[in-house]
Amino acid sequence: MTATVESPRTPYAYPARSKGRRGPNLEKAGWIFMRASGVVLVVLIFGHLAYNLLFTPGGIQAIDFGFIGGKFANPLWQWWDVAMLWLAILHGSNGMRTIVNDYVHREPLRRIALGAIAASAFILIALGTLITFTFDPCPAGASADLLPSFCPIS
Amino acid sequence: MASSRTPTLADPKPSRLRIAGTLYRGNEGMWSWVLHRISGIGIYFFLLVHVLDTSLIRVSPEAYNAVIATYKNPIMGLGEVALVGAVVFHAMNGLRIIAVDAFPAATRIQRILFWVVIGLVIVLMAGFTPTHLANVFGEH
Ligand code: HEM
Ligand code: HEM
Repeated sequence: MTATVESPRTPYAYPARSKGRRGPNLEKAGWIFMRASGVVLVVLIFGHLAYNLLFTPGGIQAIDFGFIGGKFANPLWQWWDVAMLWLAILHGSNGMRTIVNDYVHREPLRRIALGAIAASAFILIALGTLITFTFDPCPAGASADLLPSFCPIS
Repeated sequence: MASSRTPTLADPKPSRLRIAGTLYRGNEGMWSWVLHRISGIGIYFFLLVHVLDTSLIRVSPEAYNAVIATYKNPIMGLGEVALVGAVVFHAMNGLRIIAVDAFPAATRIQRILFWVVIGLVIVLMAGFTPTHLANVFGEH
């Protein structure tokens, strides 16, 4: 005998089990993404914190414009940061989507919250990627003592 | 349902480590879920601000140095310990969630794994905190 159990899921989630469902199972893709991105983020974020706060002499006191100039002279750190940016924003935004679906039950409000999360994710990923690759370590007119040591003295 | 032939786990015993008087007196599973959710939300809002402050490197060296200077005062220094604690907990507990979902052997010991997570957080923070506080409060 088979018993039918009413779906206990939050009704807003993609109806993964419904009979008439067609197309890819987006909730499952999200579930896998949270785990895959999580494993990679452990390496990226722990590396970020260990390098900036523990291995660099002075740690937090040593961070300034010149520090980033030196770091971004190595493309490895640029790609490290951009990978960390994309994965952390997408992972965090998808997590926040779950939380909004759990607690916000008034439909217009829920749509506004989800829209705000999606818009913030889009803007921050675009902004962060852009500034990382267009970064100029030796901007003209800046005082030399604020710049990394490799900048030509003007 | 469980027949006599399918091996099933014993029903979980309520933990003695309950905090009396709370509405839902959950076990380790509830606390790990609450802490995972709160730490995730906290890191998310930090990251929103953090990408904006980093993007000031595209404005001018002065603008960037001015915001990053606010990270160097003692109160923010303590806040950074809390932030790193949240990240370390969320990361270790996230790996526990992944293991419990993926490996039946891990599912069977999920309650012990929660305490392993707490132990790892304490060890990692014991490595981080002295160096960071020395940088925050020390000579520079
Ligand atoms: C350091 C590595 C990280 C790991 C291993 C990790 C792991 C995970 C996993 C496995 C989940 C899914 C839990 C589930 O489906 O029940 C999750 C949820 C979540 N994560 Fe992360 N995460 C990491 C970093 C981050 C970061 C950087 C942020 C913020 C930007 C974040 C924010 C969240 C949020 C908001 C949730 C949803 C929590 C909930 O539904 O209760 N995580 N994390
Ligand atoms: C107090 C702790 C932290 C400090 C002092 C710090 C400092 C910095 C600095 C100086 C940069 C510039 C480039 C670089 O060094 O690679 C940066 C970039 C970045 N940080 Fe952090 N960070 C901290 C915590 C975190 C955490 C917890 C996360 C992840 C959730 C994170 C994510 C990022 C990302 C994604 C970038 C790249 C932004 C971009 O290129 O647009 N940071 N951080």
